[in-house]
Amino acid sequence: MARMKFLCDAERCIECNACVTACKNEHEVPWGVNRRRVVTLDDGVPGEKSISVACMHCSDAPCQAVCPVDCFYTTEDGVVLHDKDMCIGCGYCFYACPFGAPQYPQQGAFGSRGKMDKCTFCAGGPEPDNSAEELEKYGRNRLAEGKLPLCAEMCSTKALLAGDGDVVSDLFRNRVVRREGRPEVWGWNTAYKD
Amino acid sequence: MLLAIFLLPMTGYISTGFATADEQAQHTNPRADYWRQVRDNTNGYSAVKGRETNELIQGSGETWRQLRNGPVALIGSGLLIFTLAVLTVFYVWRGKVELTHPRTGKTIERWTLNERRLHWVTAGLFVILTVTGLSLLYGRAVLIPLFGHHGFAAYADLAKWFHNILGPLFMIGLILMIVNWASLNLFNRIDLEWFKQYGGMVGDSHPSAEKLNAGEKLFFWCLVFAGIFLCLSGLVLDFPNFNQERELIQLSHLIHVVTAIGLIAFSLGHIYIATIGTEGALEGMVTGQVDTAWAEQHHDLWAKEVMNKEPDSH
Ligand code: HEM
Ligand code: SF4
Ligand code: SF4
Repeated sequence: MARMKFLCDAERCIECNACVTACKNEHEVPWGVNRRRVVTLDDGVPGEKSISVACMHCSDAPCQAVCPVDCFYTTEDGVVLHDKDMCIGCGYCFYACPFGAPQYPQQGAFGSRGKMDKCTFCAGGPEPDNSAEELEKYGRNRLAEGKLPLCAEMCSTKALLAGDGDVVSDLFRNRVVRREGRPEVWGWNTAYKD
Repeated sequence: MLLAIFLLPMTGYISTGFATADEQAQHTNPRADYWRQVRDNTNGYSAVKGRETNELIQGSGETWRQLRNGPVALIGSGLLIFTLAVLTVFYVWRGKVELTHPRTGKTIERWTLNERRLHWVTAGLFVILTVTGLSLLYGRAVLIPLFGHHGFAAYADLAKWFHNILGPLFMIGLILMIVNWASLNLFNRIDLEWFKQYGGMVGDSHPSAEKLNAGEKLFFWCLVFAGIFLCLSGLVLDFPNFNQERELIQLSHLIHVVTAIGLIAFSLGHIYIATIGTEGALEGMVTGQVDTAWAEQHHDLWAKEVMNKEPDSH
């Protein structure tokens, strides 16, 4: 079975935030929640780099390990999903996740957390594929329609790659080979050599 | 850097041979340095505003996970089971500490109505917080097999809600206890003697005690100090609206669980002694009155003091 992965090529990302916007629009993500974000390091300094980050669908997912109600599950495609009907909004997955992926709509006073929301790799949730409930709670299920995540599909520089881990890494390895070896693996000047 | 870490300790005895390698270690790849920066929780810039959205990778979450799911949960459950086992064995061995003299039928007041209210409200909150808190920590292992995923989730939702609301109330109870009872709990010479005789729990001696014996005082101060850490860390977890960072939350969480389990274990001992461990002890906190025979056996100095003040008590 395929194991779905995201990969962001930092040599190509131009911090346009289109992936963030596309995701927000595609899934009608609640107010205050962003399933994807772009982080720029060394912003404004020569050598600045941007990376688009969301849930990375970890193999040994920390969120899954700490959830008190055990509401996460990994699909056959290796996508980490969760059941909002069970989530109690405790925040533990957010504490554990290395990528800050879990988000909470604020519910009630004192910043108390509503049900956790995160990137689904455009694969919906436990409800029947493409049902109204699924759409309402988790957004679109593009995987069930045979499509890949929208963020990567519309990335203009093809910095953000999504799909079967083997295919994605082959693609990236190819780019790296063209960029010719060690220090040059990284570098604007070589990123678009092809 | 990495190369240097491995190589530098060796330079002492084969410095000449590695001179060239050391030179190479200086030329770290700037791009690789950049990725190290990423792993180092370095903050960048993000157009998406929110709590720590500009942090690409936070490494401490994994440490928190390993500690919580590993040693904390394991040693915690071990400690609680161990405490219960020790108390059971102790009960079988020692049995109830009975009154050595028959009841006189005369009683003296030990706790006023307000003191009893404070004790029971705080104790009630403590028990609810214990049950709901432990459900979050161990429910996945213990309760999901019993109630199923959806059943447990429905309960856990309520448990979390009650825990978050009642926590601050417990804190108020704790503060009132400190204000009202701290002076009664100051240690003195009499307590040293009491400890030396194991409080009469072992053997048949009856060490002298004032209104509160040294064991009770010890429990009180544990409650106060652990309780302060418990409440402060609880508040950090309870109110995420101050945008506290995850590292602080993770630390608070660990402090919260460790102090909670320590206190729960201590409370089991407290409850044991006050109920099945000692004849006549519970009456004082339920009715407010204790028999003079009990008072003289367990708190002789206090009994004398009270009875001198009001020679014909009830
Ligand atoms: C001021 C008092 C307290 C406050 C504000 C407080 C707050 C919290 C909060 C916010 C959590 C995180 C759970 C969640 O949000 O779902 C928590 C967990 C917990 N609390 Fe408390 N609490 C307090 C007192 C207590 C007491 C008295 C006990 C028991 C003696 C206790 C035991 C626990 C335990 C065992 C957990 C679960 C930790 C885990 O799941 O890993 N708490 N508390
Ligand atoms: S939410 Fe975080 S920890 Fe969980 S799978 Fe996604 S990236 Fe991994
Ligand atoms: S917030 Fe929800 S999904 Fe996350 S750990 Fe808590 S119950 Fe599980």
